[in-house]
Amino acid sequence: MFHKLKIVLSVLLLGQSGFLSAASSEKTQEFKLDNGLKLIVQEDHRSPVVVTQVWYKVGSSYEHEGITGLSHMLEHMMFKGTKEVKPGEFSRIIAENGGRENAFTNRDYTAYYQQLEKSRLPVSFKLESDRMRNLIISDEEFMKERKVVSEERRMRTDDSPQSLTYETFQATAYQTSPYRNPVIGWMADIMHYEPQDLRDWYGMWYAPNNATVVVVGDVDAEKVHQLALKYFGPLKPEKLAVLKDRPEVKQTGEKRIVVKDDAKVPCLLMGYKAPSLVEAKARPKVIPEQDIYALEVLASVLDGGNSSRLTKNLIRGQEVASSASASYSMMSRLGSLFLFDGTPAHGQTIEALEKAIRAEIEKVKNEPLDEQEIDRVKTQVITSNIYQKDSVYYQAMVIGILETVGLSWHDRDEYVDKVKAVTADQVQAVARKYLVNDHLTVAVLKPVPAQKEQLSANSK
Amino acid sequence: MKIITLFLLCLSTIAQAGPAIQTWETSNGAKVYFVPAPELPMADIRVVFDAGSAREGKKWGLASMTTGLLTEGADGLSAEQISEYFEDIGAQVDSGSLRDMAYLGVRTITEQKNFETALEGLSKVLTKPDFPEAAFERQKKRTLIGLQQKKQSPSSIAEDAFYAAIYGDHPYAHPTSGNEQTVNNIAREDLVAFYKEWFTAKNAIIAIVGDLNTEQAKQAAEKVLGQLPAGKAAPSLPPVKDLTEGKTIKINHPSSQTTILIGQTGMKRGDPDYYALYVGNHSLGGSGLVSRLSDEVREKRGLSYSVYSYFLPMREKGSFMSGMQTRNDQVEEATKVMKDTINNYLVKGQTEKEFTASVKNITGGFPMRIDNNSKIVEYLSVIGFYQLPLDYLDTFIGKIEALTIDQTRDAMKRRLHPDKMVTVIVGGNAGKAKEGTES
Repeated sequence: MFHKLKIVLSVLLLGQSGFLSAASSEKTQEFKLDNGLKLIVQEDHRSPVVVTQVWYKVGSSYEHEGITGLSHMLEHMMFKGTKEVKPGEFSRIIAENGGRENAFTNRDYTAYYQQLEKSRLPVSFKLESDRMRNLIISDEEFMKERKVVSEERRMRTDDSPQSLTYETFQATAYQTSPYRNPVIGWMADIMHYEPQDLRDWYGMWYAPNNATVVVVGDVDAEKVHQLALKYFGPLKPEKLAVLKDRPEVKQTGEKRIVVKDDAKVPCLLMGYKAPSLVEAKARPKVIPEQDIYALEVLASVLDGGNSSRLTKNLIRGQEVASSASASYSMMSRLGSLFLFDGTPAHGQTIEALEKAIRAEIEKVKNEPLDEQEIDRVKTQVITSNIYQKDSVYYQAMVIGILETVGLSWHDRDEYVDKVKAVTADQVQAVARKYLVNDHLTVAVLKPVPAQKEQLSANSK
Repeated sequence: MKIITLFLLCLSTIAQAGPAIQTWETSNGAKVYFVPAPELPMADIRVVFDAGSAREGKKWGLASMTTGLLTEGADGLSAEQISEYFEDIGAQVDSGSLRDMAYLGVRTITEQKNFETALEGLSKVLTKPDFPEAAFERQKKRTLIGLQQKKQSPSSIAEDAFYAAIYGDHPYAHPTSGNEQTVNNIAREDLVAFYKEWFTAKNAIIAIVGDLNTEQAKQAAEKVLGQLPAGKAAPSLPPVKDLTEGKTIKINHPSSQTTILIGQTGMKRGDPDYYALYVGNHSLGGSGLVSRLSDEVREKRGLSYSVYSYFLPMREKGSFMSGMQTRNDQVEEATKVMKDTINNYLVKGQTEKEFTASVKNITGGFPMRIDNNSKIVEYLSVIGFYQLPLDYLDTFIGKIEALTIDQTRDAMKRRLHPDKMVTVIVGGNAGKAKEGTES
């Protein structure tokens, strides 16, 4: 059975991915407008729909102390009207056109999207181009929306012990990098925003030369280009702020914290400083690009599915974990963390869990990896690449993220081949190089019973 | 105003049909629903059984554990071997257990060897599960940890309390994951028995979407379920009793925010009021930011980030639920605003503007319901499981457009009774002071 599968594997590895990469590139086109706006169109004629996204190069990592969460707050304000469109009217127009819409803010980007029947693309472009430069932030709308954002923070973080632990963990792992601050912002910062802060932030970052428009769907690329010229073309570019470089200082020793909260179940977070693809491209002599792809494979070897090491050894084998996962994000703008997280199994301790995870890390470093394990990861990467084509939304996301963090959508087409080229030795090498105790931050969520004191003032 | 008119000029009715659905039965009586999708070299195959928590009697959590254990041991293969089996061919397995249905499916590429291997694997886990003792014990422990974690979540606590309150002693009342006591009392034999009773061919439907022709789909369905005993279709569930009086349930929870749920029993799948209620609810709380509830609660007063209302149609009457979360000291105001909004909406009915906007949004958005394989598999599962007409998707837009505002107003008024609704309030403990961190 296994021998047969290996034959299938090699046929697969040789045959599929190259063809698919070529096909992707043919159908994706890039256009640059005179005002600096970049438009990327990928034709996908499976269904008469289109997803359209506007990506701005601004996120929480662009903020500084005192105004954390401002980009996210601005994302909320983007629905509150322009000179032409009243507050709330944007959403009403999209809804009446049968569209679905939303927006999201991350550390490195803020994006707005709609999914529409294909003929409604002009509706999106007209509205997006309008609010790209003509947003009105009224004091009244701001005051109301700030309340909403504070509720959002309570829902997502304050009342979720695991989210709270993660937030505290990030603020500890990163000392000088802007990644230490939460995307939604600290509650005190949220409650001290002034409307002018938002207007200033908007003026600084929302401009055609700081934006990428991504369109995926049943469209004609050149027609979309013409449409973009019509609506986005007349917008004036902005002189963009130059971000000060805020590198993370070198970590020279392990950091450990405990977060106490009214939780019922403890959890563990471990993060090792790791490079991202952006960093590797910027400093090729220090960080070989193959390290990045080897880290990707390492994450999958550890937690790529039910057969992966953490599930196999910690959840099933030793039964020391109720959940255990490993993750690595290669697409961050300012470096990354190789993360482990888990909850202990019923009757097991956090200490035992941490010990078991560390043992798995040592195993990867010291024992040669099984070729079949690596092949399994690669096969899943190849088939995932096919499955992802089922979603126009997902395809647009990948293009948008790559372009906005300082990479290129072309990197997407190299992904599968670069993963395929990773060897077992390379996976072992990056484990030794990056999963180093002196670069590790550990956070433990410790459940404690609820306290009786009143809510502290800054939650109001 | 000018902008809006411009946008509405080119509106025309989108008369779109759904995908062509082929259907037949396997030799042992499972109904199959197939949509060919040749554009991508992949296939989704999902098997759905009438084996949800509504079938588990007093052994709450049994259905979920049974479904969850299928991939932990089958035909002599261990959980390890099964995982490797699927992952070696890049196939993805997913499963779930709800109140009405339990499902397990696979996503695979249609390259011949991969596809055949995936089918064989799916057949093993569905027709020859071993329910290994060790795996069972492990899963029980994981379930218990999961139950502990649920206690950290005000929204989970609220939802469980809501369902218990609207359903009383109906099989829909209890949480699908059970509680600590019921889960502790489940034995391996219970899983074996549950599987034998409910996981049969005549109690199953198979949804297939992918790069296959009809013959290949027929063979796939036979391959996957052919070895299952024919069994019989599950009997009907007891009807759901409507609530006779309003009730408020308050649960203290140490959070800074309070979750509020207001609702009642709702409608069945295939309910004659389905379309009218769908459109009727849409502008109340089903359309996100542009709904009445969002307007009153979020836009005007900033009381909540998320606020919504929806009908969840099920085999017997599902729920009607509206909800939001707000800072503890705003609970009274928020609850009043929610109730007043719902009351006013029902008394006067949705406005002409709301009605038109809802119809436009629902019909105009129809293409996005079926724009990829995943979504079509979901629809086939629902159409097959609930025995909806095969032209459900084809007639959808027409049925929405045929509605009048009188019909939506009337349906909402007849079916929703604010004075008999359940209100669940979870949170409000002022004892949430964080100690911060220690290093």
